[in-house]
Amino acid sequence: MARKDKGVDRRKFMAGAAITGAATAIPAGMAARAQTAAQQPTAAFVRRPSTAAAEAEMAGQVDPSPGTLGGPPGSDFMVDVLKSLDFDYVFSNPASSCRGIHESLVNYGGNKKPEFITCMHEESAVAMTHGYYKVAGKPAAALCHGTVGLQHAAMAAYNAWCDRAASFIMVGNRADAATREPGVPTIHAVQDPGSLIRDFTKWDDNPQSLQHFAESAVRAYKIAMTPPHEPVLMVVEEKLQENPIEKGAKPLVIPKLNMVAPPAGDPNAVRAAAQLLAMADNPVIVADRVARTPAGIKHLIELAEALNAPVIDQLGRMNMPNRHPLYQLGGALIPQADVILGLELTDFWGTVNKMDDSFAGEQRLRIKPGTKLISIGVGDLYIRANYQDFERYQPVDISIGADAEATLPMLTEYVRQAIPADRRAMIAARGEKAKKSFAAARERVMAAAAQNAWDASPVSSARLSAELWNQISNENWALVSRDSSLSNWPHRLWEVREHHQFIGGPGGAGIGYGLPAAVGASFAHKQAGGRLCVNIQNDGDSMSAPGALWTAAHHRVPMLTVMWNNRAYHQEIMHVQRMANWRQRDVSTAHIGTTIWDPYVNYAKVAEGLGHVGIGPITDPKELGAALKRGIEAVKMGEPTLIDVVCQPR
Amino acid sequence: MRRVIFVAAAAVTFGAASAFAAAPAPQGDATKGKANFERVGCWECHGHQGQGGNAGVRIADPVPLAWPAFLAWVRTTSGDMPPFTEKVLPNQDLVDIFAYLQSVPKAPDYRTIPLLALQVGR
Repeated sequence: MARKDKGVDRRKFMAGAAITGAATAIPAGMAARAQTAAQQPTAAFVRRPSTAAAEAEMAGQVDPSPGTLGGPPGSDFMVDVLKSLDFDYVFSNPASSCRGIHESLVNYGGNKKPEFITCMHEESAVAMTHGYYKVAGKPAAALCHGTVGLQHAAMAAYNAWCDRAASFIMVGNRADAATREPGVPTIHAVQDPGSLIRDFTKWDDNPQSLQHFAESAVRAYKIAMTPPHEPVLMVVEEKLQENPIEKGAKPLVIPKLNMVAPPAGDPNAVRAAAQLLAMADNPVIVADRVARTPAGIKHLIELAEALNAPVIDQLGRMNMPNRHPLYQLGGALIPQADVILGLELTDFWGTVNKMDDSFAGEQRLRIKPGTKLISIGVGDLYIRANYQDFERYQPVDISIGADAEATLPMLTEYVRQAIPADRRAMIAARGEKAKKSFAAARERVMAAAAQNAWDASPVSSARLSAELWNQISNENWALVSRDSSLSNWPHRLWEVREHHQFIGGPGGAGIGYGLPAAVGASFAHKQAGGRLCVNIQNDGDSMSAPGALWTAAHHRVPMLTVMWNNRAYHQEIMHVQRMANWRQRDVSTAHIGTTIWDPYVNYAKVAEGLGHVGIGPITDPKELGAALKRGIEAVKMGEPTLIDVVCQPR
Repeated sequence: MRRVIFVAAAAVTFGAASAFAAAPAPQGDATKGKANFERVGCWECHGHQGQGGNAGVRIADPVPLAWPAFLAWVRTTSGDMPPFTEKVLPNQDLVDIFAYLQSVPKAPDYRTIPLLALQVGR
């Protein structure tokens, strides 16, 4: 079946279009590229493969007269816009609704800045932008097929949303039913593409002209990078991609990007918070996603040291060096605090309350009467109704709607001013006590590591972490995964010092984040140069979209993946067992539907098939050191490598 | 899948139950106990050697409760750890589990493990 536009004569429209008008307004370099493109012989119109076309071809009825563009396509200008925003990568699973911009990226754009990164799942593509953002500090783009591709991507967008991670998601669509091919292209079209993920994107738009696209793309970028950083969605209309830039229209202009300065707290409120902290006997700081940048670490240390107050790290980001004497993991100090400062907490309620996962579901307030609560964060400034990532409502004494990193210098200065002379000795003594406690705690951690089934098979979480640290501690390393499944042993044993060395977790706890986010983060580390990327990977999570390994191999992104292989969706075993206990029924069946046994997955072979060096499975802890050494050597030679380690459950 | 389970209150429970610590432990079969430990799912939160983790406290090396308190705790706990009634875990099976946990060898001193000893003071 021949493709014919209805209403507008598409071929006449194409023939009449030229670049001249657009090129006069877009930047010189881009105009030069556009003009160069205009001088090339006109390309044959490539028909979209479709069932109907195949049937027609079989019947010998193919329309022999292909159309011509007569000028550069609109998607070339879209690429100019992406280049103006300094995107390095477009993570994408190729799709017909994005074919125009795809071709422009690789030919017109030279496949550089941005480079098209081949992904095997849209969920992986968006998760890669998520991991990339947390290392690079800027968004990458993801390009998704209309409807089904964005449906695939939805969970990854939700993870990024919950994790306050900027991502620039694009989706192809052809809104005009009269110019859409029937069959699959129409099934994959939608009236309102953004509706699918609007609840968990900060902004979206469906531009109807190239100028509209330019303005909205710049706006989307700006919105994504204004705290709270969040994903945004841009529809790339197929007609705009594929039709030539309109001749004689107003010159196309790419607006200048200017970023919004993050909002700092109201000075009066910050001063009141400082007063409470300065006069507290046991102030405790709790940090979740505080350090957006390395400066956030410096600011947090300055505040902590001004008060000699412990900092409980909830591991949303790399907030504070874990060998600092004031650094704490876990919430043991919460009940002793008389003032608690929560910085960018996702869950203040859960920080100061405890709810048992028991049938009674008992809820207890963990703080003592009279404890003052202070919140600084952007969560109060931006909230949606449907998805419940805002958690339970926690009343606080002072609530400062502001970016914590931007507010910390002011708060620290006010704290210093607010500390009376007669309290300074007490605060100094608090610091000395913390130093002594930290040294003692370090010895306890080592003793606990030895007691953590040190010589057992399967390999214990402490043993794996210690063996890994022994191999990487003298390297320029970066952990591109969370470590909660290992009972946080890496954070307990390693020295995490730099902002780029830890990226926090998935945010939305959606399974399938880990592997692609690690790959995306490794892209950013590769750009930074010379960093040894270590991904401690949950086995169940990896099987959601193992194709992310291929992406790393294909694009030569060296990364060491250590498969934390407990051969289960382990948390679910515990949940099913809990249900059986509550109901006093058979507790030996919790493995059904929750374990990855019979057969065991051989992850080394899976990895080899996806272009990695595969090592393992390692079951004997005595073999682990040599395996890790071999794997790191391979990574240093540029080979993405996976080591399968059969592990204890947690 | 999405919810993280934390068992933090068990240590407190151990402490409260220690008043029962005087009675002698019954004879158990550690080999059977290890099988029971795996079968009824103790390992899921506490690890295959009872070493503990962020989902369950350490319950071996040493076993933190004497037998009567251990029995009472397993039967009546009402926090994050679900109670195991006699219907799902008969007394003798629990006795054998107790024997298994007692048989878990003592961990080496961390100062004899170079990977850990080198960490202190760094």
